[in-house]
Amino acid sequence: MKILSRTYMWVVFALLYAPILVLVIFSFNDGGSLSAYTGFSFRWYGELFRDQVALQSLKNSFFLAASSSLLATVIGTFAALGLDRMRNRYVKGAVNSVTNIPMMNPDIVTGVSMMLLFVALGGMLGLGDVLGKWTMLIAHTTFSLPYVILSVMPRFKQFDKTLREAALDLGCTPAQSFFKVELPAIVPGIVSGLVMAFTLSLDDFVISHFVSSPDFQTLPLYIYNQTAHNVKYSMYALCTLIIATILVLLLAVNFAGSVGDRTKRRREALK
Amino acid sequence: MKQKRSLLEKAAAVPHMVWIVLFILGPLLFVLYFAFTDTKGSFSFSNIELLTSYSHIFFLSICFALVATAFCLLIGYPLAFVMARAKPSSQKLLMLLLMLPMWISLLIRTYSLMTLLDNGGLVNSLLTAMGLDTVSIVGTGGAVILGMVYDFLPYMVLPIYTSISKLDKRYLEAAADLGCNGFQTLFRVVLPLTVPGIVSGITMVFVPSISTFYISQKLGGGNFDLIGDTIERQFKYASTYHIGAAISLVMMILILISIAVMNRFSDGDGEEMIV
Repeated sequence: MKILSRTYMWVVFALLYAPILVLVIFSFNDGGSLSAYTGFSFRWYGELFRDQVALQSLKNSFFLAASSSLLATVIGTFAALGLDRMRNRYVKGAVNSVTNIPMMNPDIVTGVSMMLLFVALGGMLGLGDVLGKWTMLIAHTTFSLPYVILSVMPRFKQFDKTLREAALDLGCTPAQSFFKVELPAIVPGIVSGLVMAFTLSLDDFVISHFVSSPDFQTLPLYIYNQTAHNVKYSMYALCTLIIATILVLLLAVNFAGSVGDRTKRRREALK
Repeated sequence: MKQKRSLLEKAAAVPHMVWIVLFILGPLLFVLYFAFTDTKGSFSFSNIELLTSYSHIFFLSICFALVATAFCLLIGYPLAFVMARAKPSSQKLLMLLLMLPMWISLLIRTYSLMTLLDNGGLVNSLLTAMGLDTVSIVGTGGAVILGMVYDFLPYMVLPIYTSISKLDKRYLEAAADLGCNGFQTLFRVVLPLTVPGIVSGITMVFVPSISTFYISQKLGGGNFDLIGDTIERQFKYASTYHIGAAISLVMMILILISIAVMNRFSDGDGEEMIV
């Protein structure tokens, strides 16, 4: 029974990874085919680094991810603070449910609804075609907000309120008590929200597809355009590099996590 | 003691509230507006009436998404079960193996699956090398469903895995003590207790499956028009925003209703949704 269930697990994982592995292996294929392996080469990687469009979309992706995640983190952190202190339960509930709409809705609906807003407003205000960098920034910030709030909110809830009272007793102004006492306790939540928003923005295709214009392409949009027509083989190299980056990042986070666990356990053991 | 809220605390959520009214509620109002107006901007039900001619697309999409979700559950539940009962030392590695595909772009995964199954792809080359006939997989409904299962399986496994590993092991011991065999324990104890995980898994697979357009374009070879494809066409190429808005509105309502119905089964435990 045990052998059977083990086998089942590894077969499913093997099937899950087979297409990705094939892509990775054939990105080193000299012949530029996905069925006949003719020899090892870095040819397509060289080609990729000469592809200006790909490099520009990589830059765009990072610019967009950095700016939208920062914006979402600032707005979201203050929102979490305000929601934590809010006394009116109905307003709080309403804000929470509206914030979570992009998480519940399929991406395509979020995408087209924002596209309609931008196109209609652009038309009304006589701005013409507004789709591009700025609409992408707005869209990415919007769909990141619920994730930022979700990771910051619990930190506010867990925060020991007596510490704030102590700070006030010791002569802090409310603003000082917030920045000097409460904020440091919230920081881990803010950081994980920021990282989450950053990766969500890097990964998003569907929403970007609707609110972008050809003159501001991100990496996923570049990949989409590549796969829509005749694929350049350098795209396999690009995908391999993306997969390798994700793997390294995941391993690093995992490793950092286990080191953190270990030090925490050690500290607890010392007590 | 009730503290007075400082100005900062009172105003902190205001930018966020303005933002979500402008960019979450605003867009949805525009969907409503476009769905219920004609091209001249006057109120009409013509878009909604036109939807009857799209009913086969809705039907096909719902069928594909349901079948894909069912396969994900059938494949994913046992996988989550085995993973949750593996040694604690190997669980970390297994989690990593499960998470990695979730972080890789859906475009890359779908495309790599397509190149593997394509007429000139590796699977068919292997078949030819073995002296067998080639099979055209890409372009069939089965390929589209396979793509959905392949892309979204981890989203089914993760919440179920979380649910199973949170399960109190003493229940299993109690069931064994009271004479349940392995299968009885699974079906009468574990399965009912992990319903919240199953429900969020189903939601996380069904919603992207019913709204996808990339999977059907790549693996369906253009032979299958799903709701996602139809919406994408209306907005990206045909610029028929009014009918596109009506289709989006109906799909959104369909999904919200099914999420609400699903959550009835799981005592409204929203926690799992976030994972």
